[in-house]
Amino acid sequence: MLQQAAGPAVAWMLRPMTQHEREDIELDLLLEGISRYYGYDFRHYAPASLKRRIWAAIRTEQLASISALQEQVLHDPACMERLLLSLTVNVTTMFRDPEFYRIFREKVVPRLRTYPFIRIWHAGCSTGEEVYSMAILLHEEGLYDRCRIYATDINERVLSKARSGIFDLSTMQEYTQNYLRAGGTRSFSEYYTAAYDHALFNPRLKEQITFSQHNLATDGSFNEFNVVLCRNVLIYFNKQLQERVHNLMYESLGMFGVLGIGRAESMRFTSHEQHYKELHPGERLYQRVV
Amino acid sequence: MVELIVVGTSLGGLNALTHILSQLPATFSTPLAVVQHRHRDSEHLLVNLLQSSSRLPVFEIEDKLPIQPGAIYLAPADYHVLVERDHFALSVDAQVLHARPSIDVLFDSAADSYGPSLLGLILTGASHDGAHGLKAIKAAGGLALVQDPATAECAIMPAAAIAATRVDYVVQLTDIVPKLLELCHPQLR
Ligand SMILES: C[S@@+](CC[C@H](N)C(=O)[O-])C[C@H]1O[C@@H](n2cnc3c(N)ncnc32)[C@H](O)[C@@H]1O
Repeated sequence: MLQQAAGPAVAWMLRPMTQHEREDIELDLLLEGISRYYGYDFRHYAPASLKRRIWAAIRTEQLASISALQEQVLHDPACMERLLLSLTVNVTTMFRDPEFYRIFREKVVPRLRTYPFIRIWHAGCSTGEEVYSMAILLHEEGLYDRCRIYATDINERVLSKARSGIFDLSTMQEYTQNYLRAGGTRSFSEYYTAAYDHALFNPRLKEQITFSQHNLATDGSFNEFNVVLCRNVLIYFNKQLQERVHNLMYESLGMFGVLGIGRAESMRFTSHEQHYKELHPGERLYQRVV
Repeated sequence: MVELIVVGTSLGGLNALTHILSQLPATFSTPLAVVQHRHRDSEHLLVNLLQSSSRLPVFEIEDKLPIQPGAIYLAPADYHVLVERDHFALSVDAQVLHARPSIDVLFDSAADSYGPSLLGLILTGASHDGAHGLKAIKAAGGLALVQDPATAECAIMPAAAIAATRVDYVVQLTDIVPKLLELCHPQLR
């Protein structure tokens, strides 16, 4: 008995853990706790960027360790809400990577024209800039009224901003340039009215959009789509979770449906590479062919 | 043993990088990961430019790209690059010191994953980005090499790095590759 009890202590003394190893344990415990208590599963997020954001949160909360954050988060839902906001990075832009939209017009729109009814899923839509961009594009191509757009995100706070259709007026100059480079055919200012420092987008643009909460780490497929866009979300996941999400998107796409991912994301390191055909060299638009 | 070299630069970096790459022998097996500050719309031109002066293959980093020997990896415009144990990961988190990609983000995460088997190199540049990261590399037991500010096109970045931590070597541009060979591949000298 005595020997057994002494065993682990001696082993620890022979090889004390590095601060690094201890931090990994603390991180696992924090994520386990959040998952079990709040149901948000961050256990399979890419560790390097996750750690960076967790340390930023520790500093803002004026704490000193991951364990201290764990205690705070488990006892204070308001702290969890702040953490959720800082862990889910919501940086987004209208017509981000204009070339993507230009190729979408050129290569995907003609296919969509042949469908009487079009279903689109934006997974990880954040505050909605990307969704409104797509709505504008489809409107200009005369397809919008045939579309149903499902825009989802894990984070309810960003969804309510997205529903409002109100963005910062100061960003409109950049967005106008993006819009033009994306092949926009009108004057971008037609789509919003400026009020004080806000740009309120034409409510017509959101008529066919449903914003709702959906967690890519834990929820399932909820419809069959002609287009699935999931850009700059997969980068936050580790390979295992990426695989889950790729399965989910594959299941949610009809045959010959189109998948769009972020500019620096790749199908190469997933098991679904063979199931898609690249629609345009170098552009992250793929068509399901199997 | 140095297993990864991380490099940060901004203003003047193109000249410095092309010089360094043109000097590296084809047998240089330690991978290099490079952050060069640039405009967010700059397309793949930089990769092509660097490739034209390098014997080693130059890749623009994609999410989850494995880190392999004998390759030069370049951060894509408008994404942060982080280093996991055997591959790169990307993020679009907010800019750090007005930069994305950020040298500090690359260096901090590489120090975390590679510890003492990492070498950090700061070249010419016009911001303080990289100073914090180089300090993190030293704290994790890695090596720090900085271009001599007196001979750099822009002294601000190397000077800030030197002020932030006890760097191991300060050398002029033409001595950087010989130093890298000495530290990483003594047999190739
Ligand atoms: C960087 S934004 C990308 C926004 C937009 N797609 C773009 O490319 O501009 C990442 C979004 O993914 C969301 N996200 C993170 N984890 C998620 C999950 N498990 N399920 C659904 N959305 C998630 C975040 O809340 C955030 O809004």
